[in-house]
Amino acid sequence: MQIYADNAATTRPSRAALAAMLPLLEEGYGNPSSLYTIGQKAKEALEDARAQVAAAIGAQPGEITFTSGGSEADTQALFTGAALGARKGKKHIISTKFEHHAVLHALEALEKQGYAVTLLDVPENGVVPVEAVAAALRPDTALVSVMYANNEIGTIQPIAAIGALCREKGVLFHTDAVQAVGHLPIDVKAQNIDMLSMSGHKFHGPKGVGALYCRRGILPQNVFYGGAQERGRRPGTENVPAIAGMAAALTEAVATMPETSPRIAALRDRLIRGILAIPHSVLNGDARQRLPGNANFCFEGIEGESLLLLLDQKGISASSGSACTSGSLDPSHVLLAIGRPHEVAHGSLRLTIGEDIGEKEIETIIESVTEVVAYLRGMSPVWRDLQEGKRSYVIQ
Amino acid sequence: MLYSEKVMDHFLHPRNVGTIEDADAVGEVGNAKCGDIMKMYLKIKEGTIEDVKFETFGCGSAIASSSMATEMIKGKPLTEALGLTNKAVTEALDGLPAHKLHCSVLAEQAIKAAVKDYYEKKGITVDPAVFAMLNEDAEEAHAHDHTADDK
Repeated sequence: MQIYADNAATTRPSRAALAAMLPLLEEGYGNPSSLYTIGQKAKEALEDARAQVAAAIGAQPGEITFTSGGSEADTQALFTGAALGARKGKKHIISTKFEHHAVLHALEALEKQGYAVTLLDVPENGVVPVEAVAAALRPDTALVSVMYANNEIGTIQPIAAIGALCREKGVLFHTDAVQAVGHLPIDVKAQNIDMLSMSGHKFHGPKGVGALYCRRGILPQNVFYGGAQERGRRPGTENVPAIAGMAAALTEAVATMPETSPRIAALRDRLIRGILAIPHSVLNGDARQRLPGNANFCFEGIEGESLLLLLDQKGISASSGSACTSGSLDPSHVLLAIGRPHEVAHGSLRLTIGEDIGEKEIETIIESVTEVVAYLRGMSPVWRDLQEGKRSYVIQ
Repeated sequence: MLYSEKVMDHFLHPRNVGTIEDADAVGEVGNAKCGDIMKMYLKIKEGTIEDVKFETFGCGSAIASSSMATEMIKGKPLTEALGLTNKAVTEALDGLPAHKLHCSVLAEQAIKAAVKDYYEKKGITVDPAVFAMLNEDAEEAHAHDHTADDK
């Protein structure tokens, strides 16, 4: 049995997405900037997709710019907020320590351009309180960027409260909602969100496509230059099939959310209970304020990459924040930000379940993880030291 | 694929896993903070490694490197075991990804640490240069590149 439990990495494109895409690849391949019929048909598909994406988050079509994905949308949002701030002499940006690298690395680039960046600490539960944002605001704060939900530990941030605070203080507010769009109800107007990033392949759309929402009145700053596509904000011939696929997937995800979300959350809770029966294991991130499909754990005495490889042998696709899976020396910056020590952060496991998973699969995952953790502990000198009292447990 | 068939074979079916209760020598290298620890147990008779077992906390290539290294020194004289290089371990595994090379360095270090322990217990003096590489930081062999994550 193959069990795909890495939906935070990417998702399987939905039937609705494929059905929207295929005709645009086979017959409707015209360039939306062309005047003849197949060009104008492609333009219609593009504008139809824009309306769908806008409706899914409570925005107007004119507020949506299509991008190549979440990273581009994040980059464009941050550079837009920074440039608008600089015009008013404001060059301070507030974000958090556990943002995605698309945000963190764009902020590093802005720092090099002379902006001051405050990265807020993240409490152990993985939810940044609005009070922390309020306390960090300065007279020269131009922009606040806080992710909607964390991509590793799935914790949901108090977006509406942060939005209200920023609106009151006259500060722009961007949220990286890549993990949230299509999974949580979003209303950019009610939540006072000025800019929002999304990525198609996180909600059963295709890869290589995303969108940036910018509230009316905020003109996105160009990230690169070219023609008049996307009103000149994002030049380059539009990837119409992918854009249409994303829109179809999102429309379906939003329509089915009232049914799928509680069902997946119940399965997630069963998964969490089952995995936490393993001794010296801990859930990362708040148990309630988290994405319906996200479960993330640390296990004492083992390393995450070997755990993933063995789960893969059992047909289970999962992910880890261990250094060995990131290609860097340090384990996940998210787990370190919530205070997990290095040695425990190396032994992390992220399971992100989707619509295709049922109770049977959940039981198989619990059984397999329990078995593999015990096997790896059996050959771990760290686990032996813990058991023999030569080293103390971090996770009780 | 990330790993060669040899690496996967030694990872999935590690040879010589475990401990030796009455080991003549034990060597432990690495640290949990960096995500790799290797521990080697040796049973030595008349200057020859009669038996070897290992325990490893680490990634797939760390487990595979430990397993391969134990196979390469089992039944061999201590002097030969001391000559085992990380390069030889890597080659025997049909290569390791660049950012995993430190795993083979740890395997070489674990063996040297165990032999050093044996010599110290027996009061045998050897040229300290033989164990010089134990002071090197295996983690320096780590690649520092960040790969793409989830976006």
